[in-house]
Amino acid sequence: MRRVAKLSAACIATAALAVTATACGSTSSDNNESSSSSGGGKGVKIGLAFDVGGRGDRSFNDSAARGADKAKKEFGGEIKELTAKTSDTEADREQRLSDLAEAGYNPVVGVGYAYAASMTKVAAKYPKTSFGIVDSVVDGKNVDSITFTEEQGSYLAGVAAALKSKSKHVGFIGGVDVPLIKKFEAGYVQGVKDTNPKIKVDTQYLSHGSDTSGFASPDKGKEAAQGMLDNGADVIYTAAGSSGNGAIEAVAGKKGAWAIGVDSDQYNIPGLSKYKSAILTSMVKNVDVGVYDFVKSVHDGKPLTGTNSYSLAKDGVSLATSGGFIDDVQAKLDAAKKKITDGSIKVKTTP
Amino acid sequence: MKKLTSRIDKERLLLGIAAPLLAVVAALVVTALVILATGKNPGAAFSDMTTYGFASDSQVYILNKATTYYLAGVAVAIGFRMNLFNIGVDGQYRLAAFMAAVLGGALTVPGWIAIPLIILCAMATGALWAAIAGVLKVTRGVSEVIATIMLNSIATAIIGYLLQPDRLGELQQGGTLVSTKPLPSSSHFFNIDTGPAGVLDGFIIVAVVVGLAYWFVLGRTRFGFDLRTVGQSESAASASGVSVKKMIATSMIISGAVAGLIGMPTLLNESHQYDNSFPAGIGFTGIAIALLGRNNPIGIALGALLWGFLERTTNHLEFEGYDKEILGVIQGVIVLCVVIAYEVVRRYGLKRQQQKVGAELAAQAAAPTNKQEVA
Repeated sequence: MRRVAKLSAACIATAALAVTATACGSTSSDNNESSSSSGGGKGVKIGLAFDVGGRGDRSFNDSAARGADKAKKEFGGEIKELTAKTSDTEADREQRLSDLAEAGYNPVVGVGYAYAASMTKVAAKYPKTSFGIVDSVVDGKNVDSITFTEEQGSYLAGVAAALKSKSKHVGFIGGVDVPLIKKFEAGYVQGVKDTNPKIKVDTQYLSHGSDTSGFASPDKGKEAAQGMLDNGADVIYTAAGSSGNGAIEAVAGKKGAWAIGVDSDQYNIPGLSKYKSAILTSMVKNVDVGVYDFVKSVHDGKPLTGTNSYSLAKDGVSLATSGGFIDDVQAKLDAAKKKITDGSIKVKTTP
Repeated sequence: MKKLTSRIDKERLLLGIAAPLLAVVAALVVTALVILATGKNPGAAFSDMTTYGFASDSQVYILNKATTYYLAGVAVAIGFRMNLFNIGVDGQYRLAAFMAAVLGGALTVPGWIAIPLIILCAMATGALWAAIAGVLKVTRGVSEVIATIMLNSIATAIIGYLLQPDRLGELQQGGTLVSTKPLPSSSHFFNIDTGPAGVLDGFIIVAVVVGLAYWFVLGRTRFGFDLRTVGQSESAASASGVSVKKMIATSMIISGAVAGLIGMPTLLNESHQYDNSFPAGIGFTGIAIALLGRNNPIGIALGALLWGFLERTTNHLEFEGYDKEILGVIQGVIVLCVVIAYEVVRRYGLKRQQQKVGAELAAQAAAPTNKQEVA
């Protein structure tokens, strides 16, 4: 009996291969006749490849989306969005970028460092398309690498946390223990310690290594924040994509505790309005500015290329003042900002 | 008598095909309903999946993915044949790929020495990691399910600890990615360039060899017989002189060694380094694929191809404006349907057989003078 089952399986396999063979020769792009004929015309066709979480994470991806939305409003055109999954392999990311380039989207923006390797390959394959990558550096004549000095903004967040903490105990929650998030941690810890070396800083990462779930698990964020609050921390800075929503929720549940948001000005995010009275400030990373500048440059016919670093001096990163909770310490923050921009304080990028 | 067996075989053949077919059709129906519920046209979605999925570049993508999935399926299936649930394939392959990447980055010997060493290192790491669970089960009676799940988390932690700039990792440019030292180009496995369709991983050949070995060892050797016997009944196996404990430890180790190969197509053919974007979770995909393929070497291959096809085409569905969660729905429904369909078909087949035997016995009783033996 088993032999027969095997035989039948072999038959199916052969049949499948035969079907396969007939389709050989034409690639998916050949099947797509209407594509890549877009060209100038009206507006820009923006291709956005999001990191895990995607539009609606109220943080990093949303910030990029805002930049693209603004460009679309100004120049007309359309936006195509694709979103990463946690189980992605290199091939999936390549497919996502190629699909966008193939369909004539120009520029194509990879939101997040995960797209670095795939963009290197895809950008070489589509030399006429302009690519932009957020948070990483990709070599290529048609690639704009949009980077930010997160450590500088986080330093200011640390200063604010140190000045606002009553228990002399603050916390940092990172999404995944990758170098990018460690830049946030390094700046924050340095900012706290420079302001008051006696303050204790708790640090925790939600996931490790290639497990990127820490960027998209509000439950984990909430749990971690609750743990820190129970330990006595009263200001918690979370750099963890949409997981930060959970942390903010937990902090809002404790009187007198403050949350510091990240990437977007989270005080003004409608989905978080319930908790906004607990959001001290946000370390705003103006991904939207980077994305908008890039799209605009493509629209103007002079695409940006090379590495464009958005620093504190250029307002690429900043502390949000919405809510007015940090108005009383603004003078000290401005002083710290001045010291960073004139170079008298060097902020570390690794903890 | 000969005629009789051939008739039963034909029926079994039909039943054998019916189960997976039933499952896939049921999955398609459920998926169509889900797409309809989101207010879109399922017909257009399926037709897009077919045209896109059968394009030549998609085929290369599917074969590359299937290579990895096939190895994962076989690794899990070895445990299944033995009634062992090796959930730890996930941790085993990641740790193995990481260790192999570290070794590969450090080696400076020519490729024909380095590549086998890297592969051996991966298999040894996977085997050792699985052996922990095997030994715990044999000596202390710890359930391999619990042990391997925990070992997955430990593997993640070990990699997280070692993959740091000042330990075994190095910071890539841009300062956002830590990876192991990249393999020298001499240690890259060969690729098959198919022109505009893309590059096919040469490791597919190793996957085929693993499939052949799996079929041969389990179906044609004394060891394979012992293994299957233990899987079907431990007491019967030990009564016939098979050391059950030894078999458990050995099959866990073999399962782990094959698991060690899972990361190799990615490492040797594609990324050439281990970093934070190394694919995770393939061990769990392997469980689904082994179930789908019913632990049969060819069945697993078909399951792996189907999985690759679904991933490729649903990625494109998202592009066409469908919800990206469709992939999860289809995959989940297929696995559920497969389990149910196999059981339904098995019971149906059993009933048919009983009826047939009953009918023959009745016929025999009705004609007592006829002393012909019945098969």
